[in-house]
Amino acid sequence: MKKIPLLILSFAIITCSMSACSSVKAYQKNRINDSEMELSARKSQKFEQSFQLYREGGSGANGGKSGGGCGCN
Amino acid sequence: MRKIYLGVLALYLGILSSHAQTAAPVKDTSNYETRKLKVDEVNFVSAYYHQNGNNSAVTGGIGTENLTDFANTLDVQLSKLTGNGHKNTFTFELGIDHYTSASSDKIDPYSVSSASRQDTRVYPSINWTNSNEKTGNAYGFSLSYSHEFDYQSKGFGFNLTRVFNNKNTQFDFKAQAFLDTWKVILPVELRPPGYGSGSNRDDRTPVPNAPRNSFSTSLSLSQVISTRLQAAFIVEPSYQKGLLATKYQRDYFTDGSERVENLPGGRYKLPVAVRLNYFLDDHFVIRTFYRYYMDNWGIRAHTAEIEVPIKFSSFASVSPFYRYNTQQGTRYFTPYGLHNPTDVFYTSDYDLSTLHSNFVGANLRLSPPNGIFGWQHLNTLELRYGHYMRSTGLNSDILTLALKFK
Repeated sequence: MKKIPLLILSFAIITCSMSACSSVKAYQKNRINDSEMELSARKSQKFEQSFQLYREGGSGANGGKSGGGCGCN
Repeated sequence: MRKIYLGVLALYLGILSSHAQTAAPVKDTSNYETRKLKVDEVNFVSAYYHQNGNNSAVTGGIGTENLTDFANTLDVQLSKLTGNGHKNTFTFELGIDHYTSASSDKIDPYSVSSASRQDTRVYPSINWTNSNEKTGNAYGFSLSYSHEFDYQSKGFGFNLTRVFNNKNTQFDFKAQAFLDTWKVILPVELRPPGYGSGSNRDDRTPVPNAPRNSFSTSLSLSQVISTRLQAAFIVEPSYQKGLLATKYQRDYFTDGSERVENLPGGRYKLPVAVRLNYFLDDHFVIRTFYRYYMDNWGIRAHTAEIEVPIKFSSFASVSPFYRYNTQQGTRYFTPYGLHNPTDVFYTSDYDLSTLHSNFVGANLRLSPPNGIFGWQHLNTLELRYGHYMRSTGLNSDILTLALKFK
């Protein structure tokens, strides 16, 4: 239980420190802008995430719902 | 039922035909940009899902979980530029799901076929977002509605995006509230005298409604780490309040008694997730996802996912994927017939039990420059299949088709 806030804090520090030192220019982003590199779930995963929401106790933080809006958990 | 599908089909064809009749935009080398409302894209997603298992919560943790779901959504994105370099984007979405469930049919096993055997869910939504074309900063609001035979939902949302560090860092905030109500349908043998079935077909006796409200916030930080690597860190705390137990689900006790499911009226959830995508070379991309989940019902879960798109060209890829989930179940779960009569909260819903699951499949993506099958407006086609295996014995398959029109 105590590990979770520590994990969040350490990731936040790492991410912030990375943002301070990295500077990828717009013209260097052809790979980052590749359609397969999107930092979100695909449109075709939409209903997959819905059934996982029903069939498992955990939900949220994946682009799908975290509960509410339907007769699910 | 047929009318609904025909209505959706007519809407879909109407949008396509009106889009097709739009004159081709004239290429302009000046800085002038049109300020008319234009269609950015239209997305159609359709999925067929089938599952089978033998731990239905409706019958106390035993019995068939056979279920099929045919789900469809159509969304239309329209945008209009304003004079000060901002863009207004409107997204309209309509979703229609139709399912048949053998376990829900057991609410009243003595009827030939109860009203709960099958249902259709209709859920329209609208989002408006105002974005700064130069900085990428944006904010917006959304409204949603969902209707099922026994469940209604009204949703409200706010979203905010801030981009900084030469567009290498992005912060997203989202807040959502769902104000839901659902019919308190009880198993036939546990209904008090005069309590209705909930079906409006053969029984007009009213049954009470109960609220279920959900509030969630999502905080996401995305970071470009190098020319090949980017990551996102997501936290999505949420709180649900109201009737969280499904009252037509049965529980059986060690003394032989039977009751309807009872769970606490509040639930805090805290999922924390990381996405990491790496561009290995021109043919391989590695997409990864990990989530830790915890809630105040005692559920703890780890979910890890990896997907490796194999690019045959810039326009075609196949992405095999694998997802593993393991969870420690809620403290209120006990299998069929093993609940202690002194328990206050109890469930035999195996979705909330200790389990692990494997999900494997592949995603085909085609996005040729001349359009799919030479049709310029059909920009992208995705076909995705996945097979799900749960340690409780439940297995399922899902096939999804996603089309993007531009």
